Amino acid sequence: MIPGAFDYDAPTTLDEAVALLAELGEEARPLAGGHSLIPMMKLRLAPLEHLVDLRRIDSLKGIRAEGGALVIGAMTTQAELLASDLITGHCPIIQETAALIADPQVRSLGTLGGNVANGDPANDMPALMQCLDAGYVLAGPGGSREVKARDFYESAFFTKRADGEILTAVRVPIPPAGHGYAYEKLKRKIGDYATAAAAVVVTLAGGSCKTAAIALTNLGETPLYAAEASAALVGTPLDKAAVERAVALAEGITAPASDGRGPADYRTKMAGVMLRRALQRALARAAG
Amino acid sequence: MSDAAMTVEEREANLKGIGCSRKRTEDARFIQGKGNYVDDLKLPGMLFGDFVRSPYGHARIKSIDASAALALPGVKAVLTAADLKPLNLHYMPTLAGDVQAVLAEDKVLFQNQEVAFVIAEDRYIAADAAELVEVDYEALPVLVDPFRSMDPDAPVLREDLAGKTEGAHGARRHHNHIFTWDVGDKEATDQAFAQAEVTIKELITYPRVHPAPMETCACVASMDKIRGELTVYGTFQAPHVVRTVASLLSTIPEHKIHVIAPDIGGGFGNKVGVYPGYVCSIVASIVLGVPVKWVEDRMENLSATAFARDYHMTAELAATRDGRITAIRAHVLADHGAFDACADPSKWPAGFFNICTGSYDVPTAYVAVDGVYTNKAPGGVAYRCSFRVTEAAYMIERAVDILAKKLAMDPVELRLKNFIQPHQFPYQSALGWEYDSGDYPTAMKKAMEATSYAALRAEQQERRAAFARGETRELMGIGVAFFTEIVGAGPTRNCDILGVGMFDSCEIRIHPTGAAIARLGTKSQGQAHETTYAQILATEIGIPADDIMIEEGNTDTAPYGLGTYGSRSTPVAGAAAARVGRKIRDKARKIAAHLLEVGEDDLEFEVDRFKVKGLPERQKNMKEIAWAAYNNVPEGLELGLEAVDYYDPPNMTYPFGAYICVVDIDADTGVTKVRRFYALDDCGTRINPMVIEGQVHGGLTEAFAIAMGQEIRYDEGGNVMGASFMDYFVPTAVETPVWETDHTVTPSPHHPIGAKGVGESPNVGGVPAFSNAVNDAFAHLDITHIQMPHDHWRTWKVCEKLGLVG
Ligand SMILES: Cc1cc2nc3c(=O)[nH]c(=O)nc-3n(C[C@H](O)[C@H](O)[C@H](O)COP(=O)(O)OP(=O)(O)OC[C@H]3O[C@@H](n4cnc5c(N)ncnc54)[C@H](O)[C@@H]3O)c2cc1C
Repeated sequence: MIPGAFDYDAPTTLDEAVALLAELGEEARPLAGGHSLIPMMKLRLAPLEHLVDLRRIDSLKGIRAEGGALVIGAMTTQAELLASDLITGHCPIIQETAALIADPQVRSLGTLGGNVANGDPANDMPALMQCLDAGYVLAGPGGSREVKARDFYESAFFTKRADGEILTAVRVPIPPAGHGYAYEKLKRKIGDYATAAAAVVVTLAGGSCKTAAIALTNLGETPLYAAEASAALVGTPLDKAAVERAVALAEGITAPASDGRGPADYRTKMAGVMLRRALQRALARAAG
Repeated sequence: MSDAAMTVEEREANLKGIGCSRKRTEDARFIQGKGNYVDDLKLPGMLFGDFVRSPYGHARIKSIDASAALALPGVKAVLTAADLKPLNLHYMPTLAGDVQAVLAEDKVLFQNQEVAFVIAEDRYIAADAAELVEVDYEALPVLVDPFRSMDPDAPVLREDLAGKTEGAHGARRHHNHIFTWDVGDKEATDQAFAQAEVTIKELITYPRVHPAPMETCACVASMDKIRGELTVYGTFQAPHVVRTVASLLSTIPEHKIHVIAPDIGGGFGNKVGVYPGYVCSIVASIVLGVPVKWVEDRMENLSATAFARDYHMTAELAATRDGRITAIRAHVLADHGAFDACADPSKWPAGFFNICTGSYDVPTAYVAVDGVYTNKAPGGVAYRCSFRVTEAAYMIERAVDILAKKLAMDPVELRLKNFIQPHQFPYQSALGWEYDSGDYPTAMKKAMEATSYAALRAEQQERRAAFARGETRELMGIGVAFFTEIVGAGPTRNCDILGVGMFDSCEIRIHPTGAAIARLGTKSQGQAHETTYAQILATEIGIPADDIMIEEGNTDTAPYGLGTYGSRSTPVAGAAAARVGRKIRDKARKIAAHLLEVGEDDLEFEVDRFKVKGLPERQKNMKEIAWAAYNNVPEGLELGLEAVDYYDPPNMTYPFGAYICVVDIDADTGVTKVRRFYALDDCGTRINPMVIEGQVHGGLTEAFAIAMGQEIRYDEGGNVMGASFMDYFVPTAVETPVWETDHTVTPSPHHPIGAKGVGESPNVGGVPAFSNAVNDAFAHLDITHIQMPHDHWRTWKVCEKLGLVG
């Protein structure tokens, strides 16, 4: 449980960090909270020669509302998400999710940027960001671009982020007032990744579902945005029949691994159970 | 307050003796982070060792090339079996009469087996160098299923045993067979089964788990070549035995070996044996002439140092239709891994598994245990229990519930019907034990009242009906366990470790001011010995516990003892402490008589002093007597106030308890919530109720972990799965249920203060209570036995099979 030798830099500006990563190439990595990266280094799973610590770069921190979206700096910790009034006011599902990640110690160091950039399908924030249709702002030597969370994930630990790019912010469109939401996560104990988890945001109009978004955590090689299941809910009163149809569609896109959390068939069924429960709570919270 | 102004009660309270919930004196340093653990030790010039471990479960080693590792700056040496062989140290003896490879010679037999030992200037370099050692392996067929181990065509694991048809415990009938151990009257038992009105038979598996102490195993070996003396600091539950073994292996005379166990962060059996890390550190220090430290990491601890359980128990009960158990028959397949490194007394290859008749008056029984080799890590230690007692208790308590279901009887009613009755003690069990004392019906009834057992059963009926009507998705289970332990090994006539009898010891030296230091042969790993031994001595001698310092773990200063495991500290060393106290009191009486100028018989002892009978104002307290012991003793009496006692217990002690657990199972997810857990323990005389409660809380938490999630699993390729805290279930405060504790007191008749030991009871009784609760949730349905661990997915699978989901 001792990592191999590595070099370490802690630049203070984004430009410096981008330049360093470009110069160092493949075996350099950005370091955020370190709570996914350092355990991996201790297991010596990947050769890593250089860490570029992003912690001193002020421009990567902070949360603000801007143009109908919440713009959350990549280096914002889970603890800061939990403490933010802006988030409580506009998008509380982020806090409901953050509170289910690991434990207070991990949350005080682990960042939103690290959680979504990591590319681990076991992380909770990626599916949530897909559910919220967030965009990831990436800065590279050639400038800045935005990639939608729903397009970002390719397979486990492979994303659309190029090696030299740094995720600077996550842009979350503010859901309409009165939206219903819930994040349901089944886990074995505090500090465990999800056996299965479901994120749900719905809006209602005149008693029927106007919009719906569903995404699933740790049920495949990537976080899963359940587009068909989401679409199947729109226009329905979110009654039992509609929910069961969505559950069947959502279960249908899962391809979980069998591991200590359970065999694949169990985890697929748990995706359904989590989704049912999330929909039930979201409906109870939704106005209109 | 001056001594004279104090009432008897105040003086008694001042002693903080037996029965007082004295705060743990050791905690002052622990909670401030000032404990002194092996890894805190830094000696000048100290080097660090790290292992190269096998990625294979079974493979031939074709070559080992350490040249790249040796070329790394800061690397001092790389040891392999080839270096140890000339010293005859490539194998070491195990406590079970087998040998274990220190470093693999021709073959590796389990994943993460030790192959080479790299010694470097710091642990970072050592870890880098370990990666550079190139080992060429040729994979061999892997044997992980113990039920296949004795197949005719099963792979040969132990080539070093080729042709050995006799093992340490009798004949071996297959190349992967270690021993067969049986006990009881087979013929009578078979006959009882042939005539039985009702029988049950079930394979009850206790999976492979790991004690997982918070501090992993570690040592620092330091050879002083000038003086020819070896000092070994280590996480040793039995430091004196380690010294003896080190002397026998190294041929360094025992008095030139100093084994020191500093503070230990939990042991639970994991720190009883001797590991390759210790031997390699010692050899490295001898070779290099400087201290060498070895500290295993969490994954090494979980995957390579001693596991526990892995008992596959086929249990059979015979009974009458009205619920009298007439016989027990059991066969155990014991998976010992690649080497038989079980930590049991020498003559007990299956520990005290023959306590498996439990708390019941069973006329006849027969048990046979087959030990086998597989490609798994060695071990088989008693994880917070006396030797194989948890397995035995689990088997009988599950089996009784299975019988209750078959007879359509309440599990408590069946237990009450079969209990050994109070008047039957001392009770001779069918499998050879003499139970010292107990009152089982009283304990069981108290537990039923405290939990309103009848009301719980009524509620369960209602809940089941509500479930059937679709009004709830939860299944309620009520688990009952009534356990009897056998602890405090042991009489030396039948219990020894490598030939050293399992006595224990206490030595006390009272200084002129009346303060004292006492040393014992045991070693606390968190059990609060520094607190509780002082309480025994305080009551026996009459000096305050606060004035008695307790020391253990330094083999140079402490009297020889066999260490702490199997709940033996209070039953054995605690008895020695009481007897040492009585020796001191006897001498003190002589001095008091001399000082008061009366005969010894004219004196009576009162809390902390001797008084002249009929003239109570004429008295001498222990402080005055201690002072006099150094300047004014009766003629012919030695000066000083010291005593030592080596205690060989006449029998073991038999703590017992009644546990009741209530769970609610979510049929949709398999998540089990523990609604209530009530634990009544009878450990005889209670030395420190607060410490007992702490021990019970800790043990129940471990039992909860074992029953609900712990498992060291191997896949078919011999890969050890989940050997990290990500997967291996160690509950946090969030998952841990609330514990309700209670007690009855049935003193041990043969122990000087009537104490029986308690540290392990909650693990022994807790596991069946949880497991019975989960099983009971389904007792009205078509299922007889659900294997542990009762984690979410396994429980859900039961629901699925029974058509309860979705
Ligand atoms: C015991 C434990 C339990 C956990 N449980 C959970 C859980 O239940 N759910 C969950 O979601 N997570 C869990 N985690 C992971 C935790 O949330 C991590 O903090 C998170 O996954 C990564 O964030 P980080 O800031 O620590 O990133 P790091 O570990 O520093 O980085 C992770 C990866 O992202 C890259 N990276 C980081 N920031 C950037 C950036 N701005 N731009 C580009 N690349 C970047 C790094 O190079 C690295 O590859 C757990 C961790 C631990 C130790």
